[in-house]
Amino acid sequence: MPTPLVELRNLSKRFGGVQAVDDVSLDLYPGEVVGLLGHNGAGKSTLIKMLAGAYPCDSGEILINGDKVTIETPRDARHHGIETIYQTLALADNLDAPANLFLGRELKTPLGLLDDGAMEHEARVVLQRLNPNFKNIKDPVKNLSGGQRQSVAIARAILFNAKILIMDEPTAALGPQETAMVAELIQQLKREGIGIFLISHDLHDVFDLSDRVSVMKNGRLVGTRDTSKVTKDEVLGMIILGKLPEEETAEELAELH
Amino acid sequence: MSSDAEAGKLESEAPKLAGLRLGPVDAFSRLTGLDTRLLAMLAALVVIWIVLDFLAGGIFLTPRNLFNLAVQGSAVGIMATGMVLVIVARHIDLSVGSVLGFVGMFIAFLQVQVLPLGADWNWPLTIAAGLALGALVGLWQGLWVAYGGVPAFVVTLGGLLIFRGAAFEITDGRTVAPLDPVYQLLGGGADGSIGATASWAVGLVAVAAVAFFSIKARGKRARYGFPVKPLWAEVAMICAWSALIIGFVMVMNAYTKPRSDIPRGIPVPVLILLAVVIVMTFVTRFTTFGRYVFAMGGNPEAAALSGINVKRTTVMIFVVMGILSAVAAVVTTARLNAGTNSMGTLAELNVIAAAVIGGTSLAGGIGTIPGAILGAVIMQSLDNGMVLLGVSSSLRSIVIGLVLIAAVWFDVVYNRNRR
Ligand SMILES: Nc1ncnc2c1ncn2[C@@H]1O[C@H](COP(=O)(O)OP(=O)(O)OP(=O)(O)O)[C@@H](O)[C@H]1O
Ligand SMILES: [Mg+2]
Repeated sequence: MPTPLVELRNLSKRFGGVQAVDDVSLDLYPGEVVGLLGHNGAGKSTLIKMLAGAYPCDSGEILINGDKVTIETPRDARHHGIETIYQTLALADNLDAPANLFLGRELKTPLGLLDDGAMEHEARVVLQRLNPNFKNIKDPVKNLSGGQRQSVAIARAILFNAKILIMDEPTAALGPQETAMVAELIQQLKREGIGIFLISHDLHDVFDLSDRVSVMKNGRLVGTRDTSKVTKDEVLGMIILGKLPEEETAEELAELH
Repeated sequence: MSSDAEAGKLESEAPKLAGLRLGPVDAFSRLTGLDTRLLAMLAALVVIWIVLDFLAGGIFLTPRNLFNLAVQGSAVGIMATGMVLVIVARHIDLSVGSVLGFVGMFIAFLQVQVLPLGADWNWPLTIAAGLALGALVGLWQGLWVAYGGVPAFVVTLGGLLIFRGAAFEITDGRTVAPLDPVYQLLGGGADGSIGATASWAVGLVAVAAVAFFSIKARGKRARYGFPVKPLWAEVAMICAWSALIIGFVMVMNAYTKPRSDIPRGIPVPVLILLAVVIVMTFVTRFTTFGRYVFAMGGNPEAAALSGINVKRTTVMIFVVMGILSAVAAVVTTARLNAGTNSMGTLAELNVIAAAVIGGTSLAGGIGTIPGAILGAVIMQSLDNGMVLLGVSSSLRSIVIGLVLIAAVWFDVVYNRNRR
């Protein structure tokens, strides 16, 4: 067994009275897609935000390539090759696409000044690949459509040779064609050996793309299964009932329909 | 590439996708890169000037008055460039007038009562000390805002009282005068301008710089194969800026020194303002610091998630504001040839109004340095025009207050219509 790219061990996070994430352990191997499922408020975003450095974890540890690391800021996460597409997209609405793509790691001229030309050039190349209909690159992103904004967030995550990619509902705002393009992108990134956490409410997408699925409920991990060894109904049962497939009864599953 | 093809390419980039049809004003602003709001303010300025000149019986639009207007407005303009950053980052600074008074008093006191007046090194040293004090004040306020988590509104409201009080304490309220004669030139008095020849030189360099940088930027876009504006729009913009610069030099040269026909030329405080504008425009457009300020204003959470050190950037914003308040203090004390503890009283209102009138949005994330200068010119024109008309100071403050409210209201309505 190779060492996992990422190992989350017993992570917990509390917000005031809410135990958002409760003792969750997950791992991710190179070239693997792990789908993360769960009802609204299950704690999926909070879990991956700890890996992304958006929140420090209350307890637990994170290992990358078998080494224990401290990730306290987004900068730490990026340093370890972790890129994140946030559910909220995390775009500065008043800036244009190139400025958003390179926010926090701008390209500079030899004099240390912003090289907007080079940034716009790279932005056009990567956005063209993701979304050929995307033309108004110099507009502030608040003037873009939801799907275009999502394309910007995705482009930002793949621009910097991520080793670990976190996608929190990356296709929520995309049309069928763009969604297909993201699916293709995920396949390609997999082949490059990148590990991906994919959060989505779309069971079909998750089944098509992930090697394993993990299900969360009320902050706890219900379980993780190989996608090929479970049915959609069983996973639905995990999400709604919070039980593992072997614990689910036929009647309970029938009631879900 | 013919200009028609370029125009076509540009148009294909226009937001057809969004199904928008551009009106003539929007189309114009897209071609020139000036936003509609700035154009509206420019139109407002023209109207204000014409009306004031009419009411004042033709003494408003004279070289003499425009010269004075430029000198008086420099301090507000200098501080307004910093206020743009502060407001863009979703903060506010109510203390700039008091900081001006405090630093100005400190400079005057140091120059006259501590150091030997008349020594060559006296005034440069006092300026350096004043700038350092301004930076320290900014550091103090920025630390409270960024690391203390106290809203800037409260920190700087406290600062408004603290630094006004501190200005008084330095000399127990006594005025300090006169200041070093060389230092006085920085205020733009009788000898405080650079004369006709140097003014022309400055103007021509400015025109050359505008043309050079426009063409260079265009060349760079073309090299990358990006869409560029039509050539005629580019040339028209360069011509408009050149006309503005040349016109300004001509007006400043048309005002002569007392009892002579020697032209005064560009006043030194305006040159200082010009330098500040260039530096601040540069900072906002070409440095990561400037980019981060705008990102923070647009979406503070996104800025933090992008690895931007939001706290440190916030402190830097206030340090910059403090330094600019100190620069304004230099100009003001030099012009008054004195340090008085009431200097800069209520300046914060003019400064904030200038920034907001110039298109800085109180919602954060939006604002430009040239816009703030336009705003400062509008504010100073109103103030100066009302003085010419013999409007009492109480009535003037009523008008300035109303203008401030109207400007913010305009901002609110404008943003509402945009969304
Ligand atoms: N910043 C926060 N402050 C306080 N509570 C929070 C915060 N973020 C999340 N929570 C709470 O933590 C719990 C988990 O939220 P989280 O966003 O992780 O859910 P999720 O699984 O991503 O849901 P969704 O599918 O709706 O995106 C929720 O109860 C939520 O109210
Ligand atoms: Mg979520």
